[in-house]
Amino acid sequence: MRLTCPICGARDRREFYYQGEALARPAPGAGAEAWDEYLHLRDNPAGVRRELWQHEAGCGAWLVVERNTSTHEVLGVSLVLDEAQA
Amino acid sequence: MRIDGKGLVDRSKPIRFQFEGIGHTGFEGDTLASALLAKGVRLMGRSFKYHRPRGVLSAGSEEPNALVTIGRGAVQEPNVRATMLEIHDGLDARAQNAWPSLKLDAMAVNDLAWPFLGAGFYYKTFMWPRGFWERLYEPVIRRAAGLGALSGAHAADRHEKAYAFCDLLVIGSGPAGLMAALTAGRAGADVLLVEEDSRFGGRLNAETFQVEGLAGSDWAAQAIAELCGMPNVRLMHRTAVVGAYDHGTYAAVERVNAHRARPPEGGVRETFWRIVAKHAILAAGAIERPVAFENNDRPGIMTAGAVRAYLNRWGASPGRRVAVFGNCDDAHRTARDLEAAGVEVAALIDSREDIAHPGVDCRVYSGAVVTGSTGRLGLKRISVQAADGRKEIEVDCLAMSGGWNPTVHVTCHMNGRPTWREDIASFVPTPGSIPGLVAVGACAGEFSTQACLTAGAVAAKEVLKDLGLKPPRGALVPEAEDTPYRIAPLWAVPGKGRAWLDFQNDVTVKDVRQAAVENFRSVEHMKRYTTQGMATDQGKNSNVGALAVLADVTGRGIPETGITTFRPPFSPVSVATFGAGAQGMGFAPQRLTTSHAESVVRGAPMIEAGLWYRPSYFPQDSETHWRQSCDREVGYVRNAVGVCDVSTLGKIDLQGPGAAELLDFVYTNGFSTLKVGRVRYGLMLREDGFVMDDGTTARLGPEHFVMTTTTAAAGQVMRHLEFVHQVLCPHLDVRFTSVTEQWAQFAVAGPKSRALLNAVLEQPIDNDSWPFMACGEIMLCDVRGRLFRISFSGEHAYEVAVPARFGESLFKLLVARAEALGGGAYGMEALNVLRLEKGHITHAEIHGRTTAFDIGFARMVSGKKDCIGKTMAAREGLVDPGRERLVGLKSVGEDATLSAGAHLFDTSVAMTPETSLGYTTSAAFSPTLGHHIALGFLQHGPDRLGEVIRCVDHMRGLEAEVEICDPVFFDPEGGRARG
Amino acid sequence: MTFSGLRVLKEGLTGNRGWAPHWRDPEPKAAYDAVIIGGGGHGLATAYYLAKNHGLTNIAVLEKGYIGGGNIGRNTTIVRANYFLPGNSEFYSHSLKLWEGLEEDLNYNVMHSQRGIINLFHSDGQRDAFVRRGNAMITQGDDAILLDREGVRQHLPYLDFENTRFPIYGGLYHPRGGTARHDAVAWGYARGADRRGVDLLQNCEVTGIDIENGAVCGVQTTRGAIRAKKVGIVVAGRSSQVAAMAGMRLPIESHVLQAFVTEGLKPCIDHVVTFGMGHFYISQSDKGGLVFGGDLDFYASYASRGNLPTAEHVMEAGMTLMPMIGQAKLLRSWGGIMDMTPDGSPIIDRTETDGLFIDCGWCYGGFKAVPASGYAFAHLMATGQHHETAAAFRFDRFRTGRGLLDEEGTGSQHNLH
Repeated sequence: MRLTCPICGARDRREFYYQGEALARPAPGAGAEAWDEYLHLRDNPAGVRRELWQHEAGCGAWLVVERNTSTHEVLGVSLVLDEAQA
Repeated sequence: MRIDGKGLVDRSKPIRFQFEGIGHTGFEGDTLASALLAKGVRLMGRSFKYHRPRGVLSAGSEEPNALVTIGRGAVQEPNVRATMLEIHDGLDARAQNAWPSLKLDAMAVNDLAWPFLGAGFYYKTFMWPRGFWERLYEPVIRRAAGLGALSGAHAADRHEKAYAFCDLLVIGSGPAGLMAALTAGRAGADVLLVEEDSRFGGRLNAETFQVEGLAGSDWAAQAIAELCGMPNVRLMHRTAVVGAYDHGTYAAVERVNAHRARPPEGGVRETFWRIVAKHAILAAGAIERPVAFENNDRPGIMTAGAVRAYLNRWGASPGRRVAVFGNCDDAHRTARDLEAAGVEVAALIDSREDIAHPGVDCRVYSGAVVTGSTGRLGLKRISVQAADGRKEIEVDCLAMSGGWNPTVHVTCHMNGRPTWREDIASFVPTPGSIPGLVAVGACAGEFSTQACLTAGAVAAKEVLKDLGLKPPRGALVPEAEDTPYRIAPLWAVPGKGRAWLDFQNDVTVKDVRQAAVENFRSVEHMKRYTTQGMATDQGKNSNVGALAVLADVTGRGIPETGITTFRPPFSPVSVATFGAGAQGMGFAPQRLTTSHAESVVRGAPMIEAGLWYRPSYFPQDSETHWRQSCDREVGYVRNAVGVCDVSTLGKIDLQGPGAAELLDFVYTNGFSTLKVGRVRYGLMLREDGFVMDDGTTARLGPEHFVMTTTTAAAGQVMRHLEFVHQVLCPHLDVRFTSVTEQWAQFAVAGPKSRALLNAVLEQPIDNDSWPFMACGEIMLCDVRGRLFRISFSGEHAYEVAVPARFGESLFKLLVARAEALGGGAYGMEALNVLRLEKGHITHAEIHGRTTAFDIGFARMVSGKKDCIGKTMAAREGLVDPGRERLVGLKSVGEDATLSAGAHLFDTSVAMTPETSLGYTTSAAFSPTLGHHIALGFLQHGPDRLGEVIRCVDHMRGLEAEVEICDPVFFDPEGGRARG
Repeated sequence: MTFSGLRVLKEGLTGNRGWAPHWRDPEPKAAYDAVIIGGGGHGLATAYYLAKNHGLTNIAVLEKGYIGGGNIGRNTTIVRANYFLPGNSEFYSHSLKLWEGLEEDLNYNVMHSQRGIINLFHSDGQRDAFVRRGNAMITQGDDAILLDREGVRQHLPYLDFENTRFPIYGGLYHPRGGTARHDAVAWGYARGADRRGVDLLQNCEVTGIDIENGAVCGVQTTRGAIRAKKVGIVVAGRSSQVAAMAGMRLPIESHVLQAFVTEGLKPCIDHVVTFGMGHFYISQSDKGGLVFGGDLDFYASYASRGNLPTAEHVMEAGMTLMPMIGQAKLLRSWGGIMDMTPDGSPIIDRTETDGLFIDCGWCYGGFKAVPASGYAFAHLMATGQHHETAAAFRFDRFRTGRGLLDEEGTGSQHNLH
């Protein structure tokens, strides 16, 4: 399995750390349900979803990876920092 | 029987080897199978369940029968396929799964009991009496099962791993693979051609066809020579591609020296390759399938293509008088080749009525089938049901062909399902099953040499187009035979006896039928109930036949019946190869501190701390027990001065205007209020509200901090900081990097610590210039360092840091000075006792299930700001006073040993899960206090100080009454650290 | 038909003509008292105990493919009761007791083999954590023995005690732990349920859950609509998708766990052995293959297959721990879909829809739980009350933080358990 880091190029999966679905952190006072959703509940699709990975053994960049969980096809990789600015 | 003038073995190079203790001679280029067949040895193994005599079935890695054990002791290797094993001088191969001997196997009694040992019999019996399963039935079954044996010795040979990258990976070097490699290579593509066999050429070496007027093997050799001349082409033989994985990654095993008795000095036995290919062409050929008929499993009965391979490639006829039985034109080739080589062919039996004359001299029976065989240890006679009645034909070899199955296996490794093709009665790869891979040639159901050559060239041109390379000009596909493949399916010859499908696992047509009767009608159920396809060939020889039988008995078509999944590896891989490099110390990196060598010199046992090694204690000659050393070292720190390497703690350097705000957000307590030149203890939570880590952070400048983490969590914290910064707080202008390796850091702890430091510092310090929790730059011995007045021991203490290159000499200096002051180096044991006496927590306490509330640090969660974990830490369940919360425990009355992991109960209650109120996390004897102390978590703990409870450790046989106390056992006011 | 050695003998003597289907293939009825979605181990066990313990026999198990085709057919077969958190330990303790009588109960040889499990530890800290676990097991009434290094050597002399990256300090020995023949468990429960009248409907995929006025009233399937007042979802690997049919989001992320088996070998490993530093565990099947595995691949996946980094790491762990297996050859590797929860422990609970129940989130520990999970889920479906051994497996623990069951202590990131 390989991912293409926007900074470093195509690298082996073992350079990357997987965190989970890319979700927005709720405000501190958003309430128990919002926090339950953020930390626990997942759509968990058998298909395409957006995930957070880090190129931990590379440049350290956190990445948004659009990936199909059924086929492992990677549809896109972008820097979280770029997404934030977009 | 060796045939003069045939084969590619080197008759000038004889090789001596042994099989079953008997010496034989073969030639260079022989496999064990070919060399034994040349000598007329047919019996090579025993089957799994019935211990039936078995001979070689195939000529490739799919061999299910002829498995042997080679080597002894540390290099003993079981289950080696005789068909792949290249003979070498001194080879000593033994048969397996037979006792006392291959010819006379006592367990063959199972064969007589076969009516009771059919599919799944063991699910229906061995249930009574209870308890006999482990004591009687299972041991007997286990001993009878299994094939070869491990020696039990640690593996001795070296193995290694490697990566390779290429534009085009060509798997297989038969006509299709060679033509693909030539086409792409000539165009300048970066090509990697891998071949499982020891010799490139695939079936070109096993057939008598010509290519461009040359013998197939000569044309292959010529093609290989051309490829070898191309700098952009790499060729690897003895290399099997065993798995296809995501994004163009393939696993391959290269038998670097596995074909020799032992690797040469410094050499490796096998290499495990991770190949990353932009494109792949699978030209893996096809595997011939047997026909099921009664007693079709005798030594001497093998596939027709294997017979041709032994004859044409190895110059060895598997028999002196051979019959050929098939359902396709391809089988006729075997008869023709044998006759041309002068081997007697007794009959050609074709199940089809209507066949063109095969061009052989022998008797041809069309519309006929073989219905049985005799010969206990080797084939003697076959029975043939022909149009004009039943015949008995004396033969010592039967070449059978049920047609060819394309080698689709690798295309199924990513869940691809092969497609049934009625015209060739076989499954072929479904295009797109492996992204970037295309199957060509026989592997795609194209069985003529011409079709293979053409398909290889066409596929390579497609790859070149994608790579942006021009196809080579003028290169034409050479001319070769282009005979059509004609077949009429024949899976099982009707009959009453047992007809084998899976030769190794002894699965017969009867078993499949019985499975269907018992409603194991799904192909997966049938497989699992009968063990069909679960042998070492993973059904390569038998799966299609078995599912055809199942389809027949259940009245369904083959595509509807479906096929079980082929999974990696394509051919079995030694664990030593797949796990190369890990044996011994290679499993994980070893991180050594700068004081490591000196600690070893001082006799300290070095213990693992994550990937680091740290000294357990520093023994002195008079000491016989680690406790003596530990107590002495604790005394250093409490009474004089001790020195301890703390470099393994994670160190993260943070700089920038946003650094303070970032720290405020990751720590529960505030850091923007921290003054320059001061250090503060910080507590870090996970977002779910539980404690992640703790440590001190020093402010070296307005925008410059150095954070320390625990040794265990250094990597996690670094990743967490990156997450918080990049994902949650991208607006903050801050940069940070791990400097754990860059700084050597030593704790200098004890009442005489300042005296020690002042003897080495260029600028002496005092309590005013360097009070408790002060930090800053220092110069010592002309080296610029950092000094932090922090204390894990509770004593007046410092940590001094210097660039790592000075660490070793500073450690020696500090220890020497400490010894002069009546102290010395201390290790992990003393460090643990010291922190325990002070109630300082480690990951024994913050084990991932404890909150700030649980450890009594709720007040450290600032109410003035948000921080990671704050919201979820306030969940009702995490602030319940009834939670297990941190307390100290000390024994009541006469000192009793306390231990970590013990459970806590009220006195005089029955010990049940319900009455278990908590547990201990750390315990030690405190030489300072003269008794055992422990930290633990107890329901309502801090509300019960002074009460007496029971501390019970069933595991160690310890039980004590303990008093609940504050976790800080020693100097609760903290005056010593400030003095 | 009752299975026995005598029966095998009789059939063998009479041409094996008397064998009958282990279960029927009935046509779906229009309505059942209850249906269970999912014909895996947990679903079949649920049906069995609904019929046996609660007398509910007008029920059906709806299976998309073939019964026993999910994780029950692809796990590494370990059976143990060595959990330490209250809420878990009583449940697995109950499960092990059910295992111990399962062959007699089912009249099916599931080859439950109590060969003992040894969890190795490699530091003082790991030892203390195992001591806490062992003490919890003893308090629960199960068995646990602390072995020192020499004690381990007596049981497992083939480990590398001299030259290994993480030396062996000792082990936690659980003699009643062991293995079982995974497929046979599914088949035994299937046959047991079928014999009590349960309809096992294979190739019957549920495509919708019918809800009226907040109560479940049936399901839509590829074999037609089926009415039922009670519906249980037990579909490991597809929990999120099936729950979504009822408008639910689950605290689950699905991951791939690989498993491995070598070619058959004569007996060489008599226990289940786990490596404390490499997430590696191994046992030897009765057929002779070494069955082993490691950690997740760590990325969300429904592909039932893994990749090389984890596979290599597992082999590497094996080589550092027990280099005698170096010449064993890996025969097959595969993957299962693990429904990972935020604390690594399962859910057996009602839902907000009346009559709709769910049993999910077994992470990679579902096999040993099959009997007790079926037992407890049947109890919940039949009575509406949580069974006392499974009362902790609630949805709301994540929201409230009350009763979290985080044995690994790794927190709310699904894949870290």
